[in-house]
Amino acid sequence: MSTATTHDDHHDHRPSGLMRWVTTTNHKDIGTLYLWFAFTMLLIGGAMAMVIRAELFQPGLQVVDPQFFNTMTTMHGLIMVFGAIMPGMVGLANWQIPLMIGAPDMALPRMNNWSFWILPFAGTMLLSTLFMEGGGPAFGWTFYAPLSTTFAPASTDFFIFAVHMLGFSSIMGAINIIATVLNMRAPGMTLMKMPLFVWTWFITAFLLIAVMPVLAGAVTMMLTDRNFGTSFFDAAGGGDPVLFQHVFWFFGHPEVYIMILPAFGVISEIIPTFARKKLFGYSSMVYATASIAFLSFIVYAHHMFTTGMPVAGELYFMYATVMIAVPTAVKVFNWTATMWRGSMTFELPMLWAIAFVFLFTIGGFTGLMMGVAPADMQYHDTYFIVAHFHYVLVTGALFAIIAAAYYWLPKWTGHMVNEKLGKVHFWWSVISVNVLFFPQHFIGLAGMPRRIPDYSLQFADWNMISSIGGFAFGLAQVFFVFIVIKTIRGGEKATGQVWEGAHGLEWTVPSPAPYHTFETAPEVR
Amino acid sequence: MFAISLRRALCSLWGAVLLLGAGNSFADYPLNLTPGVTDISHKVYDLHMMVFWICVVVCLGVFAVLIYSIFTHRKSKGAQPATFHESTTVEIIWTTIPFLVLVGMAVPATTTLLALEDTRDPDMSIQITGYQWKWKYDYLDEDISFFSALATPREQIEGSAEKGENYLLEVDNPIVVPINKKIRFLITSNDVIHSWWVPALGWKQDAVPGFINDAWTELSEPGTYRGKCAELCGKDHGFMPIVLIAKTEEDYQAWVADQKGAAAAEAASATKTWTMDELMAKGESVYQTNCLACHQAGGEGIPAAGFPALKGGAIATGPVAGHLDIVLNGGKKNPAMAAFGQQLNDADLAAVITYERNAFGNDTGEMVQPADVAAAR
Repeated sequence: MSTATTHDDHHDHRPSGLMRWVTTTNHKDIGTLYLWFAFTMLLIGGAMAMVIRAELFQPGLQVVDPQFFNTMTTMHGLIMVFGAIMPGMVGLANWQIPLMIGAPDMALPRMNNWSFWILPFAGTMLLSTLFMEGGGPAFGWTFYAPLSTTFAPASTDFFIFAVHMLGFSSIMGAINIIATVLNMRAPGMTLMKMPLFVWTWFITAFLLIAVMPVLAGAVTMMLTDRNFGTSFFDAAGGGDPVLFQHVFWFFGHPEVYIMILPAFGVISEIIPTFARKKLFGYSSMVYATASIAFLSFIVYAHHMFTTGMPVAGELYFMYATVMIAVPTAVKVFNWTATMWRGSMTFELPMLWAIAFVFLFTIGGFTGLMMGVAPADMQYHDTYFIVAHFHYVLVTGALFAIIAAAYYWLPKWTGHMVNEKLGKVHFWWSVISVNVLFFPQHFIGLAGMPRRIPDYSLQFADWNMISSIGGFAFGLAQVFFVFIVIKTIRGGEKATGQVWEGAHGLEWTVPSPAPYHTFETAPEVR
Repeated sequence: MFAISLRRALCSLWGAVLLLGAGNSFADYPLNLTPGVTDISHKVYDLHMMVFWICVVVCLGVFAVLIYSIFTHRKSKGAQPATFHESTTVEIIWTTIPFLVLVGMAVPATTTLLALEDTRDPDMSIQITGYQWKWKYDYLDEDISFFSALATPREQIEGSAEKGENYLLEVDNPIVVPINKKIRFLITSNDVIHSWWVPALGWKQDAVPGFINDAWTELSEPGTYRGKCAELCGKDHGFMPIVLIAKTEEDYQAWVADQKGAAAAEAASATKTWTMDELMAKGESVYQTNCLACHQAGGEGIPAAGFPALKGGAIATGPVAGHLDIVLNGGKKNPAMAAFGQQLNDADLAAVITYERNAFGNDTGEMVQPADVAAAR
């Protein structure tokens, strides 16, 4: 690979101050905006989780009333999914995809600006519902009808509009990624030479384009049911409340893979770097990602085993669901085989990546357990599923974003992260997150339903332990803000290569990456 | 540091696994699914444990390899990176083996599911209807029908009284069933989606408004089994428990006779004229079960959450006809106000309306009699 030609920073024509960020079409600026937005939302959604854990610290109602508790679980879910994890992943894509395929920028830079700038408005609109008469949305992040239609507060219409805007943003972001990957690769960078992070995002982008319109359809039907006299989800008018769940989960199941596939990509970049060994099965990783993406469309009704589906439907969705374990296992085996007989060092990104592999595997296995339909009749809507999806989304997707941040921060800022502080953050997070979520497996199996503000006494001890873990984990992420700001401000100078074992075009440009990179395309091999 | 901490983390993980295997032996730290009390619940439990152990074995296998590798193949120990990658044989093996394990799991899962869903040939049927936030039970063969709501006193929830043993797991009128009968439940809802779940029976089933789902059970031992609504159904989703009592056939028949006697007495109460004191006393208890969650103990409501105050409120101190209308038919503008005409009888409604018009300092002095309610229906 050749070294990139880089432009001198002083020749950039760009407004300074706030207008630089408002008008920017630069993929690095937009990536930074996305990441800060995601970080802010993570802290807001996290604060809501703290309210939830505070109320659940003891049996009885102490902190909030049940309606507000429901608003908190709803908003926590929505903010984390649509505000933190998804924009976080898009931020990584914006920064890294052009750098990793040797492109000067994203293919559609102006649209890129727009897809970001929709987000703060959508997020603000969503949060503003908290202050409206009747309270914010309180029907869970899955907003099942008719609780979200006939029985919902007036602010629900603002929620619907916010979801539409988030959907626009995601679809535009996805189009941009597909256009960039297909058109902007450096000469010699064939599809099967692309880094896995690019591959996983490329596949994720197709998932987004396929399912965000379905979500838009679901909320539009809600809107007309609420305001224009239709009865899509009302049996009294010939509709069906369960139809909502079919439409929602046709979006919702691929959505969970939208959040986890780029995480697989991040881990597949980090492990080979610090094992100093090629990824064991590059092409099987690509095929496994594609099969997971395909399967994600045909398994969605495993979220609905208790809705009264015909038994043939339950059997089909059970069989299809457990099949996802195969490509997922292939991925875990691949990471293991990559580490096997490598020459490993354990810098911060590697620590987080290893934690990801261990903890995501636990989340994957509980997912397999829930795929077994008769057993899911017991697990469904309990804390067992809460534990499952937090293992997948917190110690999975969020840990991967944190790993990616530690991996690429030297490239973004030009400074190495303070290893000591980073290790404190790592051990603090890994221990507290398990104290937080592992006991939730137990209380779920023992019969505690999810989304309840108060519980019977046999769950008291585990809930208290879980809450303590929650507060500690929340605090650890505030510490992360401190580490990131400290790294931006200064620290040991990073080389262009940054990590000894790193391969790929992004490491051929200096650190911090200049404002414009790859204005002349690099040659690959 | 990494190695030691990792070893410690693994030890605690292993400890947790052992505890989980040991079952439900720690009263305050429940760990596992209940095996339940029916044939189906035992099958579900066995399936759960089988899949769990498969997961544990595979998980520990993978973790063992990872941990060995983390300790051995590190640069600080002078490990040189190997260069192997891509092996079709290995990849075929590790794709095929999980596939075969899954097929092995699917066989017992299929038979259990088919048994679980086989509601044919029941001995009796009970219709269960979810309401915000209580359950209604209709015994289709017996002409018995009643509501079942949370019986835990408000003071325990708010912390001014000690919490009882069955905190949030106790109801005023439990559902009673005979043992050794195949009972079919027809489950539906009056408002939003609820989910009827008694873990000891081994399943939950959603209650969907406008549709009827069915499920079944057959109990062999008399006993009291407790459960909860499992689908978010609004504000008091956490406060609509289920108590199911299984009785021998004789005890069950005695209970049926009791219920029919009580129903006759209730019918008589609807025609008599009540005194203010009687109405206020009954009204207070009806209020506590049905109204207090939203309108609050002092009638102050939670205006910010859309639950208006009754204390000095326009409806509770306005014309009686308007008050009767909203209680009977529900809120036209505010869907959170249910139509209690379907849920309560004339005497209960008369009492609670009288109570609301005279409690909280409203003191209108007006009485509503069951006959007034009947006329307004």
